[in-house]
Amino acid sequence: MKALAGYVAGLLFGLGLAISGMTDPARVLGFLDLAGAWDPTLMFVLGGAVVTTFIGYRLAWARGRPLFEASFQLPTRRDLDARLLGGAALFGIGWGLSGYCPGPAVASIAGLSLPLVAMLGAMVAGWYLARRMG
Amino acid sequence: MDWMASLQGLVGGVLIGLSAVWLMATMGRIAGISGILSSLIWARPKGDSAWRLTFLLGLISGPLLVMALGGGLGNVAAGAPGAVIGEPAGGVALMLLAGLLVGVGTGLGSGCTSGHGVCGLARLSPRSLLATLTFLIAAIVTVYMVRHVIGGGA
Repeated sequence: MKALAGYVAGLLFGLGLAISGMTDPARVLGFLDLAGAWDPTLMFVLGGAVVTTFIGYRLAWARGRPLFEASFQLPTRRDLDARLLGGAALFGIGWGLSGYCPGPAVASIAGLSLPLVAMLGAMVAGWYLARRMG
Repeated sequence: MDWMASLQGLVGGVLIGLSAVWLMATMGRIAGISGILSSLIWARPKGDSAWRLTFLLGLISGPLLVMALGGGLGNVAAGAPGAVIGEPAGGVALMLLAGLLVGVGTGLGSGCTSGHGVCGLARLSPRSLLATLTFLIAAIVTVYMVRHVIGGGA
């Protein structure tokens, strides 16, 4: 049941990325390019996702526990440190260069292009390096 | 303004939100793509990897389903009619650099657009708000440099 729940979550996410156009780096870069022909699509995507999640999370938490697990596993860290800020800044530079954040990059695999494969390979290697930096 | 593109963005965003809510309601987990996938690949927690693998399969099959339906639901900015997946913005060298930055950055910063930007903001997490503002500003400055400073306003 957990595996099925995971698949449904991934499918909804992948459908959302495809229908919103976030599988197109041009849309993402168009949003980030405030000095160019600005594309507001990403703002609607983020807005729709955050509002839906804000409401839905509170309904889910009100039930006391998740359906297939004993408890909710929420991040507990509260500190605003250099690692968080530096990591987010590096991620932002990579996002701005490519127009891909991890979700759309992975969901675009079906586009089968060498640059995307290079991006995914380097991203997975980057995750390894970040873990080594412990 | 292209209202149809914006409407599709809103509908897609709601679907992404429903995915996050579903994962919280069933598994009690944050729908953070970088966390789910880097754990699946580099940590493989026992008894906690199957749902991450099926999540990955679902994530890939979403766009495939839209393509199988003829692509009419896709929202590619300047692609052929029926396009669902856009072209990469650069060649292999640029993508290697970008991928490394995205991997290291989301690893160190404990999240990406989904974990911090969607789930974290919905939880009203100060860490996620700071991370989201930081990567948004870094990305906007990067695009400005690439397109309007180095690229000469192209």
